Amino acid sequence: MGNESKVIKVENISKCYRIGLKDNMHDTLVKTVFKALKSPLDNYRRYRSLYKFDDINPDSDDMRSDVIWALKDISFEVNAGEVVGIIGLNGSGKSTLLKILSKITDPTNGRAEIVGKLSSLLEVGTGFHSELTGRENIYLNGAILGMKKKEIDRKFDEIIDFSGVEKFIDTPVKRYSSGMRVRLAFAVAAHLEPDLVLIDEVLAVGDIQFQKKCLNKMQDIGQQGRTVLFVSHNMQAVTRLCPRTILLNNGRLVEDGPSNNVVSAYMGADKSTRAIREWDDLADAPGDEAVKLWAVRIRTEDGLVSEAMDIRKPVYVELEYEVLQPNYIFLVYYHLMNSDGLELFETIENDSSWMDRPRPVGRYVSTSCIPGNLLSEGILYVSPAIRTLNPEIRRLRVNDAVAFHVVDSVDGDSARGSYMSNLGGVVRPLLKWETHFTEQMKTQSQKFLKR
Amino acid sequence: MSNKGNVALTIIKPRSGWQVIDFKELREYRDLFFSFVWRDVKVMYAQTILGLSWAILQPAIHIVIFTIIFGKVAKIGTDGIPYVLFSSVAIIPWNYIAQSMTQSSHSLISGQNMLGKIYFPRLVFPIAPILSKLVNFGISLLIVSGIMIYYRVSPTVNLLYLPVFIVMMMLVPAAVGLWLSSLAIRFRDVQHIMPFFIQLLMYTAPIIYSASTIPEHYRIFYSLNPLVGVIEGFRACMLGMPIPWHYVWPGTVVGVLLLFTGALYFRRMESIIVDVI
Repeated sequence: MGNESKVIKVENISKCYRIGLKDNMHDTLVKTVFKALKSPLDNYRRYRSLYKFDDINPDSDDMRSDVIWALKDISFEVNAGEVVGIIGLNGSGKSTLLKILSKITDPTNGRAEIVGKLSSLLEVGTGFHSELTGRENIYLNGAILGMKKKEIDRKFDEIIDFSGVEKFIDTPVKRYSSGMRVRLAFAVAAHLEPDLVLIDEVLAVGDIQFQKKCLNKMQDIGQQGRTVLFVSHNMQAVTRLCPRTILLNNGRLVEDGPSNNVVSAYMGADKSTRAIREWDDLADAPGDEAVKLWAVRIRTEDGLVSEAMDIRKPVYVELEYEVLQPNYIFLVYYHLMNSDGLELFETIENDSSWMDRPRPVGRYVSTSCIPGNLLSEGILYVSPAIRTLNPEIRRLRVNDAVAFHVVDSVDGDSARGSYMSNLGGVVRPLLKWETHFTEQMKTQSQKFLKR
Repeated sequence: MSNKGNVALTIIKPRSGWQVIDFKELREYRDLFFSFVWRDVKVMYAQTILGLSWAILQPAIHIVIFTIIFGKVAKIGTDGIPYVLFSSVAIIPWNYIAQSMTQSSHSLISGQNMLGKIYFPRLVFPIAPILSKLVNFGISLLIVSGIMIYYRVSPTVNLLYLPVFIVMMMLVPAAVGLWLSSLAIRFRDVQHIMPFFIQLLMYTAPIIYSASTIPEHYRIFYSLNPLVGVIEGFRACMLGMPIPWHYVWPGTVVGVLLLFTGALYFRRMESIIVDVI
């Protein structure tokens, strides 16, 4: 490693698709019959035009209804040995980019240069044939992925070993469970030896066990000095595995930089996962005649509003509200949910100066501090709510008002230490552990004495 | 990351216009090509009771039917050759042509899942069946040998020409497969036309009848069909009749032309195949 040679150079790549295969509906029988007679000619023109873009000016932004730019003017460079994540919403062009780089489809404009042998894993088990045995499929799939027969011969035992299906290696794959199939397929892919790898959501398949195995393998690949482009929706995996991330939005490259920043920008771009929610107008603000919520914010210990939170640092959840009528005793609280919809906790404001006391009319800001090293990685949603206790009425509740992303950049001092794979659990406390070394077995009492 | 001697540089840019076949790339992917051929062979009779025997049974059934209908009932003239012998030497290459042509033309559509997921020269798809069906062809040659032995036909020097006609026999489905597979990916109509097309080819080729029944002054047009040369050539080789070069040459020219244009057209479509699936 060390040498900063560019292995991927992408210059102004654009990709245009024609999707205008819209069928017109006809409201009368005569029109329908007429259309049926005329349609072969129309169909011919339509299918013919599917790949013709001569009439489209790539520079103009004219949004013709039947043409979409899956990618527009993408440029970036990747150094040898870099592991780069590619994120973006569905339809942002991530997969198209990988397809162009792996030569599956041509760009409409622009060019890219790739130095070295490239393997693309847009799917595991491409070309698996269910009538063939596991052994035969290893050879077939290996060849499809670009391995030479000799290479497969050499790695064959390793592949079988890795897959864990050696008992069924001479059984047709159609009798495999889907899990076995995936394991076998991944085993082949894992034994490729390319200089560059393009991976698309391969990790989204299979059970937790298998995903762990994939992530570990990804880690290995990264550490072997290979260059990896990794498309994923899994923000945890991206921040953990890729120091650098590229964010695509509507076919354009909008961010390129350190993963934490880019992931934060990504979440900020989506309204539903923003770290700040403010209402400008009293009429729009949630609440009733007694109290209105003005804002919910997620801040770091430095007071910055941010979507990405370091797993080791505290998270400040701030609620700004206005009491409109006096003499009420308020209960200000929020729920914290993870992306599976599981409620991690509910917490109530407990500032002693306002406990069980009616609050005067005016603005309030209540801030809670969730300590560092408590939450687990992932996206967390805050649902604030306010009640009055005299009488007991819920005055407002905003589901998933703000969200933040707990990120572990694996510097070694978080709860995961330097372990890279998935850790379970909805919380991730940093517990105090002690390990003592004893040279030989001693009696219980001696052990206690030693302490 | 040690030997950086010859690092591959791939340039990706829009392709336009006509491309010639990249033989260097094909060479690189030859292992894949043979894997595909071998897959086709393996899968052909998977989960059948009779397995590879079908390669003999299929043409044998054909021969029996043809002999009964065209030989016994319709009593088609065969220039004095027993009808079984006459038809079997034609049915064997015809079966190969029909099977490989159909499979080759469908190859891109049946492989469309793979097309969008990984890159390799798309040419592998239509060409693999051309080779894999040769296995069937080889096996079914046994039937012809059996029938020839039964009729005491002794091989002549003409048999030495057989490889030439086998190459010609492969050329036809390769050319048609290149054309139709890339057309079919754009217009699925091809799939529906295919059965009629195959049937039409069978009746226009001298399989159930002899080419000599075609009136003299139409023969030049008739022989433009490359199948005529192949079938008549096979008969001549096996049965020791003079090689009918006047049928062979026009068909060969047409066949080579079809193959050449098919390859060009295929290459032109190759870059957009994935986008129009």
